[in-house]
Amino acid sequence: MNEIQQYFAPTSLGQAVECLKDGEATILAGGTDLMPQSQAGKLKFKRTLMNIRHVPELIGVAVQGGDVCIGALTTITELMDSALVQRHLPVLVDACNHFASDQIRNAATLGGNICNASPAGDTLIPLLVLDAQVELASKARGKLSWRRLPLAEFFTGPGKTRRAPNELLVGVRIPLPQPGRVAYFHKFGTRPALDISTISIGIAGTLKQGALSNVRVAFGAVAPTPVRAPLTERALEGQRLDAAGIAQVAQVARDEVKPIDDVRATAWYRKELIHNMTKSMLDHVADA
Amino acid sequence: MSLMHDIDFTLNGVKRRATVRADMSALDMLRDVIGLTGTKYGCGEGECGACTIQVDGLSVNSCLLFAVDCHGREVVTIEGLAEDRSSTRAAALRDAFVEHGAVQCGFCTPGMMMQASHLLDKHPHADEAAIKRGIEGNICRCTGYKKIVDAIVSVGNQEKGV
Repeated sequence: MNEIQQYFAPTSLGQAVECLKDGEATILAGGTDLMPQSQAGKLKFKRTLMNIRHVPELIGVAVQGGDVCIGALTTITELMDSALVQRHLPVLVDACNHFASDQIRNAATLGGNICNASPAGDTLIPLLVLDAQVELASKARGKLSWRRLPLAEFFTGPGKTRRAPNELLVGVRIPLPQPGRVAYFHKFGTRPALDISTISIGIAGTLKQGALSNVRVAFGAVAPTPVRAPLTERALEGQRLDAAGIAQVAQVARDEVKPIDDVRATAWYRKELIHNMTKSMLDHVADA
Repeated sequence: MSLMHDIDFTLNGVKRRATVRADMSALDMLRDVIGLTGTKYGCGEGECGACTIQVDGLSVNSCLLFAVDCHGREVVTIEGLAEDRSSTRAAALRDAFVEHGAVQCGFCTPGMMMQASHLLDKHPHADEAAIKRGIEGNICRCTGYKKIVDAIVSVGNQEKGV
């Protein structure tokens, strides 16, 4: 295991990105993934361990310019307890409610769940169907520089993202859902707590006259990253949510995903789950 | 030898300083550096809850917490709960675990009590279902969940005056 040579706890975003400048810092937030990964030897510490807990720019939930802005340090418990998130993004609260255990929700951060980039990350599926954008900061030529990109383009593989080693995730921005917008999340696991998804599904759309438009569908744990499902989205767009319509969309979903066999389930079983749970979610939307 | 770092924090109401390895968990600090062995090592990956402590009033798995991250914070362990003479809830929890026989081998007990105490702080009127959800992150393998849940429910009921 590589050894930590320096410990640094910045108190401003400027200090944090300065420390990250040469990409030689391991970022510590909640620690709930960093600790077991480093202890299992899956992750090697870089030269500096940088604890970002005291960076104020990464804290808080606010509505700003038509977006809900959520700081990277927001814990899963804080998300669930936030009146703004409850009011505008109930699907995110729903996913948080299925996240690990109370002890882990009290420590784990949204930024950590995103940067850890697990294909089964619980918050990632609702964030994808909510059109979340990630906001990254870095230091270039002595100045703070920012960029945003859609979460759907952020993940490149298990544990891998487009975040450069000198960039810090500041938070996410989610457009305020328009009236009539609905969003649902379903996680399938073998027990309610502390379970890693066998599969998870997010569906969002504008519900009008028994059909969804401007549809978003995302699936977890069926690909190397959390994924949007363009074929299923197209099949669901404007589709009448009667028995035949729902059956057709569920079929497209089953055919679209390309999961693998692993310790939690076989690929076949995951495809069946995607089919059956998509159907059950759409039945629920139709009844609503 | 990994980098050593000095931290200052409050442990069970008393200010103290510790010198810890930068990659060390708060659990290892409590047990091996400070010598408080009430907090247990079960799984080391946040699945079992035996290492539950409270930091700034929230329950966390001390096996997942970096010791350096305790700097400037308020840490309470089972030793703090055991010796707490100021809180009627701490006393009620201790009595309830004894009266309901909620302790068998005892290994999960420190974590269960720390989580129960946090749960009742946040939801003083939690019902049985909420209590079961609240201790989802604590595993008892003896297994006496029913007695544990009964004990915690009884404390909530006492406070409600039921």
